[in-house]
Amino acid sequence: MSWLKQLFSRRRQYDALAEEIQGHLDEKVEELVAGGMSREDAKHAARREFGNPALTEEDGREVWRWASVEDFFADVRHGWRTLRHNPVFTVVGLLTIAIGIGANAAVFSVVNSVLLKPLNYPHSERLVSLHQAAPGAAGLADFENGLLLSASMYFTYAEHNRAFQAMGVWDTGVANVTGLAEPEQVRGIGVSDGLLQALAVPPEVGRWFTPEDQDPHGPQRVILSDGYWRRHFGGDRSAIGRNLMVDAHSREIIGVMPTGFRVVNEDFDVIVPLRLDRAKLILAGFGLHGIARLKPGVTIAQADADMTRMLPVWMASWSNGPGSDPHWYDRWQITPQLRPLKQEVVGNVSDVLWVVMGTLGLVMLIACANVTNLLLVRVEARQQELAVRAALGAGWGRIVRGLLVESTMLGIFGGALGGVLAYAGVRFLVAIGPANLPRLNEISLDARTLIFTLMLSVLSGWLLGLIPALKYAGPRSSLELRSAGRSMSVSKERHRARNLLVISQVAMALVLLVSAGLMIRTFRALRTVDPGFRDAAHLQLMRINIPETLIAQPEMVARTQNAILDKLAAIPGVASAGFVNEMPMEGFDSGWDGIYAEDKNYSDNESVPMRFFKFGSPGFLRAAGTRMVAGREITWSEIYDQRPVVMISENLAREMWGDPSAAIGKRVRQFDSMPWHEVVGVVQDVREKGVQDPAPETVYWPPYAENIFGPGPVNAIRTMTFEIRSDRAGTEAFLSEVHQAVWSVNSSLPVASVRTMQEVYEKSVARTSFTLVMLAIAGVMALALGMVGIYGVISYTVSQRQREIGIRLALGAQRADVMQMILRQGAKLALVGVVIGVGCAFALTRLMANLLFGVTAHDPTTYGAVAALLFFVALVACYVPARRAMRVDPIVALRYE
Amino acid sequence: MATKKTVERDLFPGALEMMVLRTLKRQPLHGYALVQHIKRTSNDLLQIEEGSLYPALQRLLKEELVEAKWGISATNRRVRIYKLTAAGAKRLEREVSSFERMLQGITHVLAPEKA
Repeated sequence: MSWLKQLFSRRRQYDALAEEIQGHLDEKVEELVAGGMSREDAKHAARREFGNPALTEEDGREVWRWASVEDFFADVRHGWRTLRHNPVFTVVGLLTIAIGIGANAAVFSVVNSVLLKPLNYPHSERLVSLHQAAPGAAGLADFENGLLLSASMYFTYAEHNRAFQAMGVWDTGVANVTGLAEPEQVRGIGVSDGLLQALAVPPEVGRWFTPEDQDPHGPQRVILSDGYWRRHFGGDRSAIGRNLMVDAHSREIIGVMPTGFRVVNEDFDVIVPLRLDRAKLILAGFGLHGIARLKPGVTIAQADADMTRMLPVWMASWSNGPGSDPHWYDRWQITPQLRPLKQEVVGNVSDVLWVVMGTLGLVMLIACANVTNLLLVRVEARQQELAVRAALGAGWGRIVRGLLVESTMLGIFGGALGGVLAYAGVRFLVAIGPANLPRLNEISLDARTLIFTLMLSVLSGWLLGLIPALKYAGPRSSLELRSAGRSMSVSKERHRARNLLVISQVAMALVLLVSAGLMIRTFRALRTVDPGFRDAAHLQLMRINIPETLIAQPEMVARTQNAILDKLAAIPGVASAGFVNEMPMEGFDSGWDGIYAEDKNYSDNESVPMRFFKFGSPGFLRAAGTRMVAGREITWSEIYDQRPVVMISENLAREMWGDPSAAIGKRVRQFDSMPWHEVVGVVQDVREKGVQDPAPETVYWPPYAENIFGPGPVNAIRTMTFEIRSDRAGTEAFLSEVHQAVWSVNSSLPVASVRTMQEVYEKSVARTSFTLVMLAIAGVMALALGMVGIYGVISYTVSQRQREIGIRLALGAQRADVMQMILRQGAKLALVGVVIGVGCAFALTRLMANLLFGVTAHDPTTYGAVAALLFFVALVACYVPARRAMRVDPIVALRYE
Repeated sequence: MATKKTVERDLFPGALEMMVLRTLKRQPLHGYALVQHIKRTSNDLLQIEEGSLYPALQRLLKEELVEAKWGISATNRRVRIYKLTAAGAKRLEREVSSFERMLQGITHVLAPEKA
């Protein structure tokens, strides 16, 4: 580039020019002297002829200059000098901005990674989850997951669709791997044909499953995760083709998926084919998650229509057994509602993230307002300098640019510092973030975050400089030359900008504090809810699965579980123990179905509401601290004797018979061919799905019985959560004794998901506590910044009004009156801010309505308390300068002039 | 910028550059000789500040219409000698022809007065 060359060769050009001009003058002088003039006269004459050499030189240099850029650099140099010469102002300003930008950049990087970045699948925008609503199947189809797919639905959709390029279903589970080292329970994912093809992530080594791997009678195969492969095979490619004992079946390893590959949100160790058997399928069994890849150009609405078309095909092609009504499911009103897969992955966390992002944005504004205030004060102090510059011919634009360059520098330096803070902040966020935050492993500071940070820095820099620049760089500023030297009381008009800033700070702080307050109220409301268990910290949980290959006979399964329980109960310090197919809030897929009561009449085909089914051992309620409302628990002898007994939840008893005690002795059943089961106990309501969700109507069945999975012979539930109540829960020593107890019954049994109930509980309220922590941090920052803001303004006013106060005191004003006058000024600002803030909060907190529980977004207590707090804090902030005003010595104040 | 080219008091913009190019077309010269030549050939009719030549030369240098080399003058001084480049020659041709058209135009406008 020639301009670049010029830029660097400039210095040489300047020197040459100077030498040349000097040479010219010398030559002229010589010539004139040779013509007979005296040397002195010749010099003057040469000068006259030549003009002003300095000016000429400057004009010559001008040619080479790159004017706008160099003026800019001059501004930068000037700005740098000003910043350096005001270290206190610079440090305070920089820190304020850095914290604001750092917090925003950190949250943005989370928002970006979780919400904005596309999923880690090729062309992930075409991936959809096969979500179906079924308002007629309340309970079974909850709002979050909708109605999952049955295997027969999968075959229908896979074979008859026109909208999908590929589709498949999947499910999670646990599997026991033996034969490597210790027996290990691993996280498994079962997939149908088409699922890996739809996700389209190629394996790192080996191959995907093919249709023949799905043959229920063919050879068994398995795909490993990258992590599992590296842990157990050291990343050796020869692992392909070797065999792994999964659930006592030998499976050939055919592939390894690359690192970071997840199925929706699920991490896994092994993937196995579901091997669905077409010959044995019925309509029911809604437990599979569906994913499809849309054909290019197909919209979600078109795919919805395609699925709606296939539903009658599904009902016509399969049945629930002889004599069942094939169109029974019409009543469920199954409606396909395909959703982008990203929505499925991100889930309800987006509300939280946007709220947090919004609040931190507000904090940023408050921080900017503070720094702007500082700048205003400083620009005021520089009035004279600016006026002199204007008088010397600096254009209005030039001065504004100078101020903006200075504040932008502040913004950019603050941003750089903020970037460092953001790096730490992201780690902090990931650490305290909801444990189930989706895409956690993808969170990082990437280019987009850096651009965001940069833009935020520049923008905040402009924002900072704009108000002072507009206010003080106006053409009228030459007037200030006269007045700025005198310390007169400042006119109202000059205070307006600062007052507005303080008012808006107070208003924004109020909005943030109200949001934080609402979250605190929510959290307290959650804590007061009786979840249906007690003292979760002292309830030890673990999952044990007894595979068919290890113990085939169902009764032996029950007896083994019983034996484990006895061993656990014998550990010193154990108060009680029990097991159940899932504990509240554990989040496993559970069973739902309707029940019929003997003393009620049902018309043909009448659909009954879906009930939540649980299967628990004797003692599991006592161990969990769940109360019996009426009757008694099921006993072991009833279980072994196959006695038809059942327990129900209080809300179910009330719904069916009006009163818990009235339910005792009543008989219910699930379907016609099932014997009537006598209700022997009524159990308090349990918040199974989380503290925020109402307790479902629940039926407690024996863990070992006939018809346990629908019509069928005696069977047992093989995967159970064991719960042990002990003060020693969670300690190393205790856990090792627990392991010993389990292995003393059967040494091949792996123990998984070892945790206390407290951890489960905390995970289920993680979203709320995360929001609470973030809003509390934002609220405290806002409060502190607001306090500093008010303090700064009042304190500055006091220093400006010293003379006035001195005069007042000299004329006989009481010191208390002076103090009151200052306090009143602060109180007025705070009050206006509070009123505006309440209005804003009223409008804005509605956005967080679905994060709240047990409190409305317009909770008067929270609003009142926050308003009072803020007002009080504002008064405290005014108090210090007000006392200073009171102590003004009139003589000293007046001597100034 | 307060320092607007002083030469434009008497000349139209670009006139000085045109004369410099024309002079250099005859032979390479250094700054002092260039000024003397222009003054002499214009019969001292043009009032040019000698200094104003140098910014003009810098502009021409920047646009690469002339090039400069250090050398020794007839009076044995170290001077920078300017030489027309090919681009400079082309520019001169264009400027001269457009100047002639302009002059013609002005002459036409002025002519009726004389008649």
